[in-house]
Amino acid sequence: MKNKSLVSINDFNREEHIRILDLAGNFERRPRQKILEDYVVATLFFEPSTRTRLSFESAATRLGARVIGFSEPGSSSVQKGESLRDTIRTVSNYADIIVMRHPKEGSARFASEVSKVPVINAGDGANQHPTQTLLDLYSIRKTQGTLDNLNIAFIGDLKYGRTVHSLTMALCNYNTTFHLVSPAELKLPSSVKMHIKEKKLGYHQYTDMSEVIPKVDILYMTRIQKERFQDPMEYEKVKNSYILRNAMLDDAKANLRILHPLPRVNEITYDVDDNPKAYYFTQALNGVFVRQALLAAILGVVE
Amino acid sequence: MEKTEQRKELKVSAIENGTVIDHIPSHSVYQVLRILNLTEYNDQLLIGTNLESQKMGKKGIIKVSNKFFKSDEINKIALVAPSATLILIKNFGVSEKKTVEIPSKVEKIVRCFNPNCITNAEEITTSFDVVNKDDLKLRCHYCEKITAKDNMTFK
Repeated sequence: MKNKSLVSINDFNREEHIRILDLAGNFERRPRQKILEDYVVATLFFEPSTRTRLSFESAATRLGARVIGFSEPGSSSVQKGESLRDTIRTVSNYADIIVMRHPKEGSARFASEVSKVPVINAGDGANQHPTQTLLDLYSIRKTQGTLDNLNIAFIGDLKYGRTVHSLTMALCNYNTTFHLVSPAELKLPSSVKMHIKEKKLGYHQYTDMSEVIPKVDILYMTRIQKERFQDPMEYEKVKNSYILRNAMLDDAKANLRILHPLPRVNEITYDVDDNPKAYYFTQALNGVFVRQALLAAILGVVE
Repeated sequence: MEKTEQRKELKVSAIENGTVIDHIPSHSVYQVLRILNLTEYNDQLLIGTNLESQKMGKKGIIKVSNKFFKSDEINKIALVAPSATLILIKNFGVSEKKTVEIPSKVEKIVRCFNPNCITNAEEITTSFDVVNKDDLKLRCHYCEKITAKDNMTFK
């Protein structure tokens, strides 16, 4: 993995995913290790994303690295009209690794081709967000003890949620059975379903979430955004059907855990937070360990 | 019968050596010229469009003197002219006939249909993997979205 860019979840194979999860486990046990003291990590956020940026910066700082960069394009030369090509070429002189988020799809792949140093994609438009996928895999394995043969439900906006698309693709390596719960207009795109079908895995589609809760090991919640609907009336009709309340969890399996990429708006009520099945805030913490593992592995300071 | 054949043939005169690209859909002739970089060609180049064809109704034809294309070069035209046939001419005679085949990778000539793709925001050479040859589908190397026949435009 040394010097390898991570742009798309498929850039790393199953063994490499597992390697990162194992390494992340080491960092969970010992989060403060000054193994990147001589390194500079650049975080280039051409589009603001506080959560992802802070998680990366926390990971880098806990390993002793120095962090440089910008948190919005307004405070960089992008505002002066500099091309992405030139920004990346320049910054790759200053840093040992670049973490970037950019609103254009494909920007991270392009950056990885013009950069002298490896690039980690922290989100390129609606395309990929592989570090989120790895932290989701880590959270699933951590709570279930395995990634194999699980029943996983995705709830909400399955059409536009890139988190759901990437995680679905990654889970296709683990004999997952998928339970897809969404309003009719926000179903999982056929291009993603194609991956499930190629691996001959089971998937079931629902519009009502209550019947899947007793069946599954993981309930992966997502936010439904009003602007995704052509007809605002449709949104009004479905908006309350995809809200998880504590009382709905009575028949859930003991091992069920609830994940959410955050930020949450109203799709999980606050009374769920105290339920031991709620895992979304720990999931966010796991993101730091996974990003530590990625920085260390790509910079080649761990075997 | 023979006379009409001859007259048709004369509409675009013969070349001594080179390549004849026949059975091009008439509306694609200029695209084929652009894809093959023939707009700046500095040897004899004969172009016919809207010629009668038994097979296609109307067809286009391009005759390029003293040029023999490499297969990966010529296969690019399969995206706009899958029906094209190639006739290699030596000494006014047919030395070989070939058809074109859709390549597995397409570079430069196609634009990504996704308006939010970085290749439409900066000067970047486009690159696609052909994921379906029968029902033409190209996956952008950058944004990973699929450009299909219906939304394909050429640079």
